[in-house]
Amino acid sequence: MSAIRSANDEFEKHGTGRSAKRKAAWDRYIASVRYSLYVITHPFDGFWDLVHEKRGTLAAAHTFLFLFLLTRVLKLMLTSFQFISAPVQYINVFEEMASLALPFIILCLANWAMTTLFDGKGRFRDIYMAMCYALVPYILIQLPLILVSNMLTAEEGSFYSVLLSVSLVWCAFLVFVGLMEVHDYGPGKTIVFLIVTVVGACVIIFLMLTFFSLLSDALAYFISMYREIVFRLN
Amino acid sequence: MKNGKRREMLVNIFRRVMTAVFCLTLLLTSVPAFAEDGFSTSYTYTYDYWEDYQESPDAYRVVTVIDSMTLGMENLENKRINKPQSLYVRDGMIYVCDMGNNRILELRRDGDVFSISRIIREMTGSSVNTFSSPYDVSVDPEGNIYVADYGNQRIVMMDKDLKWIRDYTKPADATFDQGLNFLPKKIVVDVAGRVYAVCQNVNKGLVKYEADGTFSGFIGANEVSVSMGDYIWKRYFQTKEQRAQSENFVPTEYENIYIDRDGFIYATNIVFSEYDLKWDNAKPIRRLNSLGKDILIKNDKFPPIGDLMWTEGGSESTGPSKFVDITVMDNDVYVALDRTRGRLFGYDSQGVMLWAFGTKGNIEGAFTGAISIEHMGYDLLVLDWLENSITVFTTTEYGRTIYEASEKYLSGEYDESAVLWRNVLKMNANYPLAFRGMGRAAMRQNEYAEAMDYFKLAHDRQNYGRAFKLYRKDWVEKNIAWIILLLAVILIVPLAIGKSKKLKWEVYEHERNTVRK
Repeated sequence: MSAIRSANDEFEKHGTGRSAKRKAAWDRYIASVRYSLYVITHPFDGFWDLVHEKRGTLAAAHTFLFLFLLTRVLKLMLTSFQFISAPVQYINVFEEMASLALPFIILCLANWAMTTLFDGKGRFRDIYMAMCYALVPYILIQLPLILVSNMLTAEEGSFYSVLLSVSLVWCAFLVFVGLMEVHDYGPGKTIVFLIVTVVGACVIIFLMLTFFSLLSDALAYFISMYREIVFRLN
Repeated sequence: MKNGKRREMLVNIFRRVMTAVFCLTLLLTSVPAFAEDGFSTSYTYTYDYWEDYQESPDAYRVVTVIDSMTLGMENLENKRINKPQSLYVRDGMIYVCDMGNNRILELRRDGDVFSISRIIREMTGSSVNTFSSPYDVSVDPEGNIYVADYGNQRIVMMDKDLKWIRDYTKPADATFDQGLNFLPKKIVVDVAGRVYAVCQNVNKGLVKYEADGTFSGFIGANEVSVSMGDYIWKRYFQTKEQRAQSENFVPTEYENIYIDRDGFIYATNIVFSEYDLKWDNAKPIRRLNSLGKDILIKNDKFPPIGDLMWTEGGSESTGPSKFVDITVMDNDVYVALDRTRGRLFGYDSQGVMLWAFGTKGNIEGAFTGAISIEHMGYDLLVLDWLENSITVFTTTEYGRTIYEASEKYLSGEYDESAVLWRNVLKMNANYPLAFRGMGRAAMRQNEYAEAMDYFKLAHDRQNYGRAFKLYRKDWVEKNIAWIILLLAVILIVPLAIGKSKKLKWEVYEHERNTVRK
C-alpha cells in the first residue's frame, strides 16, 4: 500500500511526464509482485484485497505464470537424477510449457464460464489473476529445491519430498481460498464448483476438438471441390 | 528411326546398370550373416534405462548345430531324433530326451565335435524296462540317471550301468488327488538325492521325494493370480451356471525347473496376465529356497521378464516372453529361454539384463521350437524340438569380457575388473553395467567425482548417492573456511544494514523533533 501511495506522491510531485508515468506503472508492478508474499501467507485477506482493492496487476500474474512454467521446465532438466527420472533427451521445452499453460487457461476459462452463471463475483481477469498468485508457493519452494536436490543424496530424500508436497498442498489450498474470495462463495459451493470446473474444462476440450475436426473436414471439402472444378475445366 | 535407336541404347545402358547392381548385391549378401567375433549389431541387444531397445555387439556366436545328420543317426538304429523335449549336461556329457523315440541319447563333446556315446533305450531289473514318452532326464554326481517317464507314470532311477534302482510313483497320500494320473514332465535332483518334479495337472507346487523314494509333500505352490476386476465380476455378477462354466481361480503349474549349484530351484512360469508382468506380480522367473519361497534378487529398474516391448496380438510370436526353460551358470548368471520369439535372456545375480539375442527362423542361431537350454561352462546349448536340433553357442570376446569383469569384481580384484570393463565399453558404449563397474573401481581409488559421472551414466542412484556423500564431505572439508566466511557475511550484513537504517531513522527523528521544538 505504501508503495502505491508513494508512487502517487511521485506522480503529483513531478506532474505529467511520460517517464514519470512509466515509473509509476513500474512501481505499481513491483508492489503487486511483492504483494504476492502477503497473499500466500494471509490468503483470506490477501485474495480479497487482490481483486477488490486492486492490489494485484495482470503483469504480475503473467510473471508468476511464466515463472511457474519456467520452474517446471528447469525442474525437469536440472534436478539431480536421484530424485527425478525425466527422459531429458526427449523433453521439448515448449511442448512441456504448453502442456501446463493450456490446461491452466482452459480451467480458468471453464471456472469463469460456470461461475458467471451462478452469481460468482469474479471476472475472468480476476480468476486468472488469483490463480496465478496461487502458483507463487510452487515457484518459491521448487526453484530453490532444484539447487538443494543437487546437494542431497537419495537417502536424505525425505527432506526433499516433504518440501515438494508442502508446496503442492499450499498451492492447492491457495487455489481453493482464492476462488472462494474472488467469487464470494462459501467453502461448500467452492468445492462443488471446483468439480463443475473440471467437467466444464472437459466440455471445452471436446468442443475444441470437434471444431477443429469439422474445420479440417470443411477445408478438405472445399479443396477437393476446387480440384474437381480445375480437373473438369482442363 | 532415330527414336528407336535411342531407346535401344537406353535399354542397353539400363541392362548394364542392372547387371552391375545385381553383381554388387550378390557380393554383399555373400558375406556371412554372422560376421566377425562380436561385431555384428542386429542380433544381440539390451534394454536401456528408458526401456528402449539398444543394439549391442554379439555376446554369443554359433559354434555348431547338432542334428541327426551330424550325429550319424542314419547309421545307428536308423532313427532320426524325433520331438526331443529336454537337455541335461553333467561332466561334459550331454543327455537328450528323445521323446518321440522313447530313448535318451548320451552325447560326448570333444572340442567342437559332438558324437554319440550311447543310446539308452532300456534298463535292467525293472518290471517295465523301456520308457514311454520320456519328458526329462537328470543325472546326479554319482552318475545315476533319473528319467521322467511320462507314459509309464513314474520317475525312474537307474545307475550308470542302467541297472534299475527304484521308481518314484504316484504318492499314496491324501494331499495328492488320487483321481489324477501321475504325469511327471520336469525333474531335478539335488545333491542329497531328493527329487523334485513338475507334474501335469498338479497345481500345488513341486512334488518332492526324499532320497529313499518316499513322497514328502509339495513345495513352492504358485499363488493364485486373479485381477480385482475379474474377482468382482465372477463373485458378484455371474449366475451360478455361468460361474460353473467359467474357469476356477486355481494356481498354475510351473513350466520348467532347474537346480543351481547352491541347491536353489529356479522355476519358470508362463501362465500370467500381461498386466502383472511389469508390476512384478507375475514373476515369470523364481528362485525357490527350501521352503518354496521366491528369493530371486531384483536390483534393476525392471524385473527379469524378458522383452520389455512387444507387439500385442494373439499369434504365436506376439505378446510377452514365455520362458520355457532356464539354466544357471557357475557365476550365477542365469539364462532364460523364450518360446515366443525364440530368444535367450541372460541376467546376472542381481537381476540385471546382460544381453538378449535370438530370433525365430531356420538359419543358424534362430529357432522354430526352442524348448530346452543347458550350459557347459560359458557355452550354451539350445534344443529345438521342431527342428530336432541342438544349437551350440560360445561366448564372443565381448560376452567373455563381461563375465570375466564381473567375476573379477566379485573376487575382489577391482583394478583388473575396471580394465576389463573399459574393454567392454570400447566394444559397446551403451552398456550401463560397464559404467557401474568403472564407477566402483573409481570409487575404490577415492576418485569420487569420476565415480559420480560413471554412476550417473549407469543410472545407479544408490551408488551415486554413496559417491556423492563422500565427495560432498571432501568438498566441505576443503572449503570450510569459505563456507564459514559466507555464513558470517550472510548473517552480519543484514544486521549491519538494519542497524544503520535504525540509526539513520533515529537521527532523522531527532532532527525533526529538534526542529519542531
